[in-house]
Amino acid sequence: MQWETVIGLEIHAQLATKSKIFSGASTAYGAEPNTQACAVDLGLPGTLPVLNEQAVRFAVKFGLAIGAHIAPYSVFARKNYFYPDLPKGYQTSQFDKPIVGLGQIDIVVDGEIKTIGVTRAHLEEDAGKSLHEDYQGMTGVDLNRAGTPLLEIVSEPDMRSSAEAVAYVKKLHTLVQYLGICDGNMQEGSFRCDVNVSVRPMGQEEFGTRAEIKNLNSFRFIEKAIAHEVERQIDVIESGGKVVQETRLYDSNKDETRSMRSKEEANDYRYFPCPDLLPVEITSELLDDMRDSLPELPAAKKQRFQQQYGLNEYDSDVLTTQRAMANFYEDAVNFADAESKLVANWVMGELSAGLNQHSLTISTSPVSAERLGGLVKRIADQTISGKIAKKVFEFMWGSESSADEIIEREGLMQISDTGELEKIIDQLMADNEAQVEQFRAGKTKVLGFFVGSIMKQTQGKANPQEVNKLLQEKLKE
Amino acid sequence: MYNKSLKELSISLQNRDISSVELSQYFLDRIKHFDGEINSVITLNEDAALLAAEQADKNIQSGKAGLLTGIPLLHKDIFCTQGLRTSCGSKMLDNFIAPYTATAVSQLEQAGAVMLGKTNMDEFAMGSSNETSFYGGVKNPWDLNTVPGGSSGGSAAAVAARLAPLASGTDTGGSIRQPAAFCGITGIKPTYGRVSRYGMIAFASSLDQGGAFAKSAEDAAVMLQAMSGFDEKDSTSVDRPVDDLLDHLGDSIKGLTIGLPKEFFTDDLDNDIREKVEAAVDALKSAGANIKEISLPNINLSVPAYYVVAPAECSANLSRFDGVRFGHRCDSPKDLEDLYKRSRGEGFGDEVKRRIMIGAYVLSAGYYDAYYKKAQQVRRLIREDFAQAFKEVDIIASATAPSVAFSAGEKKDDPVSMYLSDIFTIGVNLAGLPGMSVPCGFVDKKPVGLQLIGNYFEESRLLNVAHQYQQLTDWHLAVPAGYEKEV
Repeated sequence: MQWETVIGLEIHAQLATKSKIFSGASTAYGAEPNTQACAVDLGLPGTLPVLNEQAVRFAVKFGLAIGAHIAPYSVFARKNYFYPDLPKGYQTSQFDKPIVGLGQIDIVVDGEIKTIGVTRAHLEEDAGKSLHEDYQGMTGVDLNRAGTPLLEIVSEPDMRSSAEAVAYVKKLHTLVQYLGICDGNMQEGSFRCDVNVSVRPMGQEEFGTRAEIKNLNSFRFIEKAIAHEVERQIDVIESGGKVVQETRLYDSNKDETRSMRSKEEANDYRYFPCPDLLPVEITSELLDDMRDSLPELPAAKKQRFQQQYGLNEYDSDVLTTQRAMANFYEDAVNFADAESKLVANWVMGELSAGLNQHSLTISTSPVSAERLGGLVKRIADQTISGKIAKKVFEFMWGSESSADEIIEREGLMQISDTGELEKIIDQLMADNEAQVEQFRAGKTKVLGFFVGSIMKQTQGKANPQEVNKLLQEKLKE
Repeated sequence: MYNKSLKELSISLQNRDISSVELSQYFLDRIKHFDGEINSVITLNEDAALLAAEQADKNIQSGKAGLLTGIPLLHKDIFCTQGLRTSCGSKMLDNFIAPYTATAVSQLEQAGAVMLGKTNMDEFAMGSSNETSFYGGVKNPWDLNTVPGGSSGGSAAAVAARLAPLASGTDTGGSIRQPAAFCGITGIKPTYGRVSRYGMIAFASSLDQGGAFAKSAEDAAVMLQAMSGFDEKDSTSVDRPVDDLLDHLGDSIKGLTIGLPKEFFTDDLDNDIREKVEAAVDALKSAGANIKEISLPNINLSVPAYYVVAPAECSANLSRFDGVRFGHRCDSPKDLEDLYKRSRGEGFGDEVKRRIMIGAYVLSAGYYDAYYKKAQQVRRLIREDFAQAFKEVDIIASATAPSVAFSAGEKKDDPVSMYLSDIFTIGVNLAGLPGMSVPCGFVDKKPVGLQLIGNYFEESRLLNVAHQYQQLTDWHLAVPAGYEKEV
């Protein structure tokens, strides 16, 4: 039997607001436990929530970016359940009236464009964290994260493979960072993913029973968890069993999913509109404001890079995945005042390799776009060769100096002066008459010997094109 | 001294006939002397009160005094007060000291009022007789065998016995107006959103509203003035300027139209109470008001709608009392579930549990539409009824409660009959309108309350009608026997 996989995703993107969604406490990551939880976050009696306008603006921005309907009125509801890291005994979330309605996102898999529907996106508060490891026989509760604003983005069950799912998640991951509404840090949990997976016989219209895999926080885990879960479900069905609707947990150490709870045990959350908060009203002024503030989105930017800079599909894709990378590239091209393709090679080559090696990001790059552009400029105008440029780049990595300063200081200027080069070549030919004879007898391979010797003698500074030209002329005389 | 109006007390303070320290001590002494039998005060704030009074005296001396500077008052123990226990009448919060002060309380503090202590109340404001308090029931000073009403029964009883000139209260379904009626004093619940709910422990958030108890409408106006206003910490508070509530207290009510909802004057209304209310209406008529019968066709649905909406909200509002971060925690829980069950089981009283269960039930899957959603629809109808009525009239009048103060224990085991004691007041909360109760006579030596209801944000007019009535009558000056003596 041929099986088809059906995948839908729920993504929790932590919104990059300074303060929490309903209180003034800071959302900064990594503080000492419970130092960023105020009376409201602790759910102390009598305290009341006040909605953070910035969170609303971010949600609207996201909705506009995916061409979604923005609800003129959306409503916060209380989702009731007891847990120690949920201070009020309910999570304030949006239920039947979310702020962002139906939208869509295009993904590319194997060169094919596919449109994935986004059902909705809604605002909600995060819970705190239960710490089970550090306390023998007890549980610690850290409420720093409680009240952190989240945008939960729910997709349609439109994906048919783990590759499509990963492409979708990556696309969203890029998008939220572009919009500046989420830092995208998956290790810190700023961007996490629940995956709904089911299988059905190929050609069948009806969906199979799904399982939800919770809290995946890397692209690789998403891919592996889906692969594993699909296999498990097919096994279950083929051996005569039935898939049960349940929540499962992916164990990355064992590479398997485990049951957390089945639907029968699921809570009745008793949602109802939160009486402490007014409906969220989106004015046309706010919509216009947000529309104006939208940056160029990745797809549009990629297209423009191909047209404006003559880049190919691959290069334009790599350079536009991160907004910071794209900005860096454009700045560097500007400063290089030169071939955009050469700049692309340097950004994607030496620079990216250096950043990876030192676990840095483009925003923390020790070499600025201005300095990298200055370097490429000197390659383009033949002041230095590509090889020398790598040397200059190494100097730049460890200093604040510009390419020109380094070239000057280290005397790396390329020798293109014909007179000077001719003198060197004449001397070399005089010293190696045997090799000159060999060349003239048709053994053109010895040309390499001459080039190498000249480069060695000039410490690589001789202009290779010029050296070649002069050698050819002189040897043939 | 105890029966002096706020204005008189204020003048005495400004003229230095008496200091705020002396005045505060005077009322503290009355509390100590009388409250043993009434049980209206849970926590005394003696030392801090005298310090605040000293400060008030300095402010008076330096000419920085307003009407409330140096005036002692009591707060319902539902308002959080930094550094002083806030119990909400519950074992659950018997050990709770808030690290913040409710906005309404701090506004009164800013105005110079001196907090003498915190008053008894039905547990989490759930009750109409003050019998659900963890600290024991409150006795009605007019007859110690009867209840003071609830849930703000402590505040009402304290003002009735002249233990303080003013006290705060909260009103979710009648919790200011009904005890004001039972205790023969004046109580006002303003428009929903007029007084900040920040720091006021929530029972039913969409209905709760803070307000004032006083001997007269004029005194209540001064107190409410100071409590009112927009608060950015409460999203449901309304950002509009507060009217000067004293400015119109002298206005004539000639030509004003007062509506009498026929649904509130049926044969079910106790005849003696009806007589008193009609006499009060006649007094207003004699002052020039027009009287008109009106109809609130859906008002009879208000009690059932209320007992869906309020428990639903309370079931979520009270989830935070879980024994994890503050409040009562059971001894040596064996696991998380045990911690929750026993902490809440031990910390909450029966009425609170009953309402949490009703609330959880009406919100649960499969019942939501039939109960909660339906109740919200009814609520809209009731609001529309009032809106319709206010097109024809300026003020609506009725009895505040269907009976005078009933005996302690009488309705304790009959929740439905208890719930019906708020039958005239609950609609006002569902609509979010301002309402008040003023004394309008006695039946069996027990006070009867006249309820006056105003249109949204028309507290000024509402208070003036009450004030004009009090210019014509002196029911509000009556002091229960035994409490008219100085101590």
